[in-house]
Amino acid sequence: MKYFYYPGCSLRGMGKAYEESWLKVCQKIGIHLEEIEDWNCCGSTTYLGFDEIKSLVLVSRNLAMLEKEGGSEVITPCIACYYLFNRTNHNLRDYPQLKTETNKMLQEVGLTYSGNVKVRHPLDVLVNDGWMEKISQNIEKRLERFKAVCYYGCQLLRPYCEFDNPKNPKNMDILVSLTGVDVLDYPLKTKCCGAIITSNIPEKGLELVYVLLKEARKRKADFIVVTCPLCQFNLEFQQEKIMKVYEEDVGLPILYYTQVLGLAMGISLKELGITRCLTLTPEFERSLI
Amino acid sequence: MSTNNKEIRIGFYICHCGTNIAGVVDVDKIREFIAKKDNVVVSRNYKYMCSDPGQELIQKDIQEHRLNRIVVASCSPLLHEKTFRNTLEKAGLNPFYLQMVNVREHVAWVHSDNEKATEKAKALCNAAINRVRYNKPLEKKRVPFHQDVLIIGGGIAGIHSALILASAGKKVYLVEKKPTIGGHMAMFDKTFPTLDCAACILTPKMSAIKENKNVVLWTNSEVIKVEGYVGNFKVTIKRNPRYVREDLCIGCGQCIESCSYKEAKYPDEFNLGLSKRKPIYIPFPQAIPNSAIIDDKTCIHFKMGKCKQMCLSACERNAIDFNQKEELREIQVGAIIVATGFKIYDPQKEPEYGYGVYPNVYTSLEVERLINASGPTAGEVILRDGTKPKSIGIIHCIGSRSEKANKWCSRVCCMYSLKLAYLLKKHTHAEIYNFYIDMRTPGKMYEEFYDRLLMERVHFIRGKVAEVTDISLVKEEEGKLILRVEDTLASVIRRIPVDMVVLSVGLEPSEDTQKLAHILNIGLSAEGFFQERHPKLAPVSTFSEGIFIAGCCQGPKDIPDTVAQAGASAAEAMAMIDAGYFEIEPITAHVLDEFCSGCKSCINICPYSAISYDESKKKVFVNETLCKGCGTCSATCPSGVMKQNLFEDDQILNEIEGLLVYE
Repeated sequence: MKYFYYPGCSLRGMGKAYEESWLKVCQKIGIHLEEIEDWNCCGSTTYLGFDEIKSLVLVSRNLAMLEKEGGSEVITPCIACYYLFNRTNHNLRDYPQLKTETNKMLQEVGLTYSGNVKVRHPLDVLVNDGWMEKISQNIEKRLERFKAVCYYGCQLLRPYCEFDNPKNPKNMDILVSLTGVDVLDYPLKTKCCGAIITSNIPEKGLELVYVLLKEARKRKADFIVVTCPLCQFNLEFQQEKIMKVYEEDVGLPILYYTQVLGLAMGISLKELGITRCLTLTPEFERSLI
Repeated sequence: MSTNNKEIRIGFYICHCGTNIAGVVDVDKIREFIAKKDNVVVSRNYKYMCSDPGQELIQKDIQEHRLNRIVVASCSPLLHEKTFRNTLEKAGLNPFYLQMVNVREHVAWVHSDNEKATEKAKALCNAAINRVRYNKPLEKKRVPFHQDVLIIGGGIAGIHSALILASAGKKVYLVEKKPTIGGHMAMFDKTFPTLDCAACILTPKMSAIKENKNVVLWTNSEVIKVEGYVGNFKVTIKRNPRYVREDLCIGCGQCIESCSYKEAKYPDEFNLGLSKRKPIYIPFPQAIPNSAIIDDKTCIHFKMGKCKQMCLSACERNAIDFNQKEELREIQVGAIIVATGFKIYDPQKEPEYGYGVYPNVYTSLEVERLINASGPTAGEVILRDGTKPKSIGIIHCIGSRSEKANKWCSRVCCMYSLKLAYLLKKHTHAEIYNFYIDMRTPGKMYEEFYDRLLMERVHFIRGKVAEVTDISLVKEEEGKLILRVEDTLASVIRRIPVDMVVLSVGLEPSEDTQKLAHILNIGLSAEGFFQERHPKLAPVSTFSEGIFIAGCCQGPKDIPDTVAQAGASAAEAMAMIDAGYFEIEPITAHVLDEFCSGCKSCINICPYSAISYDESKKKVFVNETLCKGCGTCSATCPSGVMKQNLFEDDQILNEIEGLLVYE
């Protein structure tokens, strides 16, 4: 089955491992992705504060091209893109003035955008489009020896999530459970990782990540499963610093849900980008094989 | 003209309503304009037509000028149509020769351009003059009123209504779904702001219900069908089996002692699952009827069919009867009082408060039981984990005043939170924190009670708690529940560790409200409580004549307000009963018999089931008692022979013509 696909810049940079594993999983279960031609950066949340109209135009250009190609929905695995695409749709639908202005700018390159492209996240597609059976069929080695917590972060769920309960999401838990991993109860699963606060106000940012790690350790998780490149970065990159500041060993490997699915499907660590993992200790690597 | 042989003599009156109408509409101009119309004998304006002198003016004119049609241009007929109809009646004129024009709500209050408003008023008044010529005299009908009353719901509201009616000698059927009466009030510990014990003031009234010969009490029963109309309701009640004969059981408890279950095993509904009961049980010591009941879902006899039935032999009075079946009873009543109460908001809908996750998070109702001397811990505040709390957080507005849950303020939570704060402090000497959005304490001695708590050193933090969590950041928080809250007075985010959390849950319409509204054919307001006829002036009446509402089924309220409403509905019901008859407005439909083809188009379309088919005549007929005069059948009838009094074709067509051509 074919879906239109928007990778976004994160998945080509910092979150490369996410895309590698996501594409592998898609290949395995038969999801065919058609990348939007000549896509551009969604502008992320930073651009939004800088110039609202331009931020809307940046997003709308991608979705306008998708509409031109005849698409009506798009998958974007990155949480920031997911949030911004939805936000743009809402803004264009709720404020006709913004839609007119946006389209005026798009028309200069011969495009128009309706504001109606349905934005979808893999957690939505995999669970709600009936792919779980395919996933189960492709599982080669069950990961029953592992315990893990699923961490969703905030932007996927708030305010635009319609496919899961924003206060108590389940989809990632469901998917990861398919691999045999024991998914632990984790009340922090919708808390913020601090996003860019970790660089602006480091002491606050570090505290947020510290609590996430500490509680996962306390619950005896072997790793944390994430869905957002920025969460992944924060949880992974800040570990060393946190352990110094708090003088406590809270280190844990951080994996994307797509990597966990891929592992159970028997895909190699390298192909899944797990070898890029900064927290990949030799012991953990051995335990995965 | 086919109106009347008698000469038509119209009197026209336009009211100033102080400056309400005269401030916008040029009343002199209207008076002069109408005075020139055919058949208009008198045309006047007056400051307050509804005042005594205003009404006397009309009466005098009727007599002196032999007027036989009256048009009053004033406020909405909803307010004063009755007043002016009475005026006509007193002057010896049929009241339905009156036509009102609403120049206040429809004109003066909604327009700011005086000139255009006056033009509109002119057209409306002209239309009324045109139409009133065709008004016909109508007679009100009286139907006899059955003397008995049905009360649905045995909480404090139902109990109070029942006792008032019974003391006036009326026969009352009190129907309660649960095995005992008492409702929520029986579960409370103390009542605010006086702190008198809820049971002490409620149980004498419960016993009085049992003692009173005029009250027929049916617990474990539900209303399943209501037919008929005001004064003549036919009600079907389902009496679920209790498996213990109420007339024989004296509540000695021998059967419970001897039950095959040696230990109580099932969650006790009355204590909200904080304690356990056996399959055979008495809900609480003061239950009325004070009779055991067998829960057929948990009793071994009903589950497996092989029990030694120790209870049966233990009962010296042979009260236990496993063969009881559900029974349908049909009764006749004149009026119905609905007092079905409320249910509490389910805090699990908001997972951030941790109810159902952390054992030491309680609802306020659970705490009522926990501090009650007859509760699961005999009044000692021991938490689910066996510890005693040293610090307690009470979170207000759970499920209330929220876009995501219920928008309304539940009215009682601030006060009961204060009460619980006081009682918990007294029981535990713990530090108590109240987290509130706004403190709402309107009521006699309520604000004073709040002041008293401030003096007792209970902490008040203004802010809605964001979450309850067990995730600690510092050593002091370890093993505690931490409440994270923005203190909006100090503008800081606080983390407050406590041992126990109380969620002050709001009030919602009780479970079967919608079903019951359908059975009774009464309305629901947007939030799902029963709709009163008028929020200020008919607060216990409904749009169905003879059906009244009292207590929290109409909206959240405290005990004093509930009791006041219960008294009010009893009085309203009594006024109808004592009149002995009910007067029906003659604005009903009727069939021109000879032209009805018997097509039955009107029968299904009538929302009040007022139209039936006469097999022998092959024609339909209207039950005037049931007809509400909505006009649907008149509009539907393909032969145009379904007529509605006061809204006949020539009346409406002439009114329209008067509206379109008025100069």
